[in-house]
Amino acid sequence: MTAQVITVTSGKGGVGKTTAVANLANALAMDGKKVVCIDGDIGLRNLDVVMGLENRIVYDIVDVIEGRCKLKQAMIRDKHYPEMYLIPAAQTRDKNAVSPSDMVRICNDLRADSDFVIIDSPAGIERGFRNAIAAADRVLVVTNPEVSAVRDADRVVGILEAEEKGTPHLIINRLNQALVRNNDMLSAEDVLDLLGIQLIGIVPEDESVIIGSNRGAPVVTDGKSRAGLAFRNIAKRLQGIDVPFMDLDQQSGLWGAIQRLTGRK
Amino acid sequence: MNFFTRKKSASSAKERLQLVLVHDRTDLTPAQLEALKDDLIKAISNYIDIDPEAVQIGLERDGREQRLVADIPLRSVSRHRAG
Repeated sequence: MTAQVITVTSGKGGVGKTTAVANLANALAMDGKKVVCIDGDIGLRNLDVVMGLENRIVYDIVDVIEGRCKLKQAMIRDKHYPEMYLIPAAQTRDKNAVSPSDMVRICNDLRADSDFVIIDSPAGIERGFRNAIAAADRVLVVTNPEVSAVRDADRVVGILEAEEKGTPHLIINRLNQALVRNNDMLSAEDVLDLLGIQLIGIVPEDESVIIGSNRGAPVVTDGKSRAGLAFRNIAKRLQGIDVPFMDLDQQSGLWGAIQRLTGRK
Repeated sequence: MNFFTRKKSASSAKERLQLVLVHDRTDLTPAQLEALKDDLIKAISNYIDIDPEAVQIGLERDGREQRLVADIPLRSVSRHRAG
């Protein structure tokens, strides 16, 4: 095994990086992959709660770096998928407790024994972001179809290109197709045209994402959720499987049925 | 604004972003671009007769590439140079 190290970043905060990491990790674990998630947001850790593992933390990544524990001891095993682990961020330290070379070393130690290492980057373009991208083989940029998120995503793409990290892939999160249809939200095509990078997935806005976070059970585990399906598809694409993009116009429920019958779509 | 007459917001979002991104990527403000245009007109006018009013200079994007595009009409020239 040689793991692929994937960093999920965005520039702007609150666009869904942590949600994306938790869901992609779960989806990959559901496909039988061995996955290690790293929370790169030192001082503002959150991946643990979104994954429902907050009560199991003993050691964190800074403990590993400063030699207080072995790497294995900081890897928290998931409740449902024994092949999925979380290395939590330290909550009472700042970004300077970790350096880019620390991240490279930890990821190299993880590579031999896993299929995917997924790093949740903090928002911004400073130290924490630099740490998060240092070891990446591949970077996923998450954005929302709105002006501030797209602008920040473009800055991040520019920095990644300047750092010769290659062109990242784009996840458009929280797309509201009803607003797009009404021409009151940038469409996926608009965002792609503006950013000029390759798309790896579009995740529709979906209430069940919040419900999943509340429970610490990411939405991919909900078979009925459209956002869950979108994340499962992205996980397949990360494994090199060609999955067609979902039809976002497909609506569930009565209204969707009426629209289909009347041929409005 | 009236619901029926207002411009749909996605279009203005896209237009505004197109401009902002070009300037973000090139790190060139509209004022600097204007100064560049003036300098360019001065330099070219040393060699060839042009109409400063007709000069158009702008930044264009093509995927992730930026391009400085200039359209500089010449005043009636009597001979053409190659290139």
